[in-house]
Amino acid sequence: MATRYLRRYEDRDRMNHWLIALLFVLAGLSGLAFFHPSLYFFSGLFGGGVWTRILHPFFGVAMVLAFAVMFFRLWRENVFVPVDREWMAKSGDMLRGDKAALPPVGKYNAGQKGVFWLMSVCLAVLLITGVMFWQPWFANSFPILLRRIAVVLHAASAVALVLGVIMHVYAAIWVKGTVRAMTRGTVTEAWARQNHALWHREMTGKQ
Amino acid sequence: MSSLQSLDIAKRSATTTNPPQARKTIEVAKLIDVSSCIGCKACQVACMQWNDLRDEVGETHGTYDNPRDLTPQSWTVMRYSEVEVEKDKLEWLIRKDGCMHCEDPGCLKSCPAPGAIVKYTNGIVDFISEHCVGCGNCVTGCPFDVPRLSKVDNKAYKCSLCSDRVGVGLEPACAKACPTGAIRFGTKEDMLDYGAERVTDLKDRGYANAGVYDPQGVGGTHVVYVLQHADKPELYHGLPADPKISPWVSLWKGAAKPLAVAAMVGAAVAGFFHYMKVGPVETKDETDDKVDNKADA
Repeated sequence: MATRYLRRYEDRDRMNHWLIALLFVLAGLSGLAFFHPSLYFFSGLFGGGVWTRILHPFFGVAMVLAFAVMFFRLWRENVFVPVDREWMAKSGDMLRGDKAALPPVGKYNAGQKGVFWLMSVCLAVLLITGVMFWQPWFANSFPILLRRIAVVLHAASAVALVLGVIMHVYAAIWVKGTVRAMTRGTVTEAWARQNHALWHREMTGKQ
Repeated sequence: MSSLQSLDIAKRSATTTNPPQARKTIEVAKLIDVSSCIGCKACQVACMQWNDLRDEVGETHGTYDNPRDLTPQSWTVMRYSEVEVEKDKLEWLIRKDGCMHCEDPGCLKSCPAPGAIVKYTNGIVDFISEHCVGCGNCVTGCPFDVPRLSKVDNKAYKCSLCSDRVGVGLEPACAKACPTGAIRFGTKEDMLDYGAERVTDLKDRGYANAGVYDPQGVGGTHVVYVLQHADKPELYHGLPADPKISPWVSLWKGAAKPLAVAAMVGAAVAGFFHYMKVGPVETKDETDDKVDNKADA
């Protein structure tokens, strides 16, 4: 009496995802060290303040590169469609524990798509603004006013990204059976039918 | 510099708690009387000598400015401006440029490294190199474009107002060396009094707009100028008329960051309590699987 599984991700997508996740932790902690004095202790993880300053941009660029691979693999499936509006309208009920009202969705629901685009935009802003005050390589090529603005935008998009990741991780923990999509590449058929009915139909041909 | 005056620190970068406050000191200031300056650069030489700094020999660019700009090795430079405030009346305005030692220092505000920038109780703003991480934020935080990041060691440098000399009761090297008395050093109060006298003299001599430059936008400075044309400080090689910490720096270092930290921590805590209140979303219809599995069997 075996449970039936549906393949949700290829191995290369999963490894790509975890590479992004690792680099997010490294770039995130090294960046937060400079975000607020209360978080400066994170610099101890990277060998002190100077090393943290040296390493942070490299972690960041590596994360953007890894994410770019994922972006081009997944963006089409994350384009918003009309049903996403209805899903968003009912998402409050879902958060209160009532998933019955939700319309059937495809491979990704509106929340997942939102997180995908949030991360994409944040990383693009982080990359562009980060280069603008990256010492000692590029910062001096930009006027001081531009660097002041860049630092603010960099910090703001970093916060948005962290909030997006918190939502992303929480959703994976909250909806049981989700994490195995990234640890095994598969989900149970019942999980798919309950959470992504249109994708389930597409994968199995069943109603 | 390393901080040898830990009892006399009034502000410390990236630090959210109070510095020691048992001891009070008098606020000092350096007064630079531009109208008495002859542009001899003795102050530049004295600065190099006392601080053991030797800039690379540069190239001449057809002006007296040498070196052309502040550098990690040149903490003060003379700026020579040829201007005609009145038509056909050439004036040679010579301003000794360097750190202004703001009461509210933009460099200190933007610095993310705890203790890399301190403001002493006497008003001197000092870079403590051993804590500097080399991010360059002080460069963007400064309203006067003073700090310079070294390409050799990635540390930021600027005038220390000879905090080591002042700490043992001496005047800064530049003030000591000045042959005309254009650079004076003392309590801020005395310097403002002396500056006011000079302004009166200058007004008598026909400089109707003479004044003391002690910009209040940064809370006043501990380097103040006597200017012949205080109504137009920009004449003096672009000295800003109303310097302030940029609103971008204030936004970034103000309330936004504690709120953002609270939002990030809050999101994680909210997730935790949401899970505990609502419970996880479990896959309910396992029976369907069983039916399918029977069919397969």
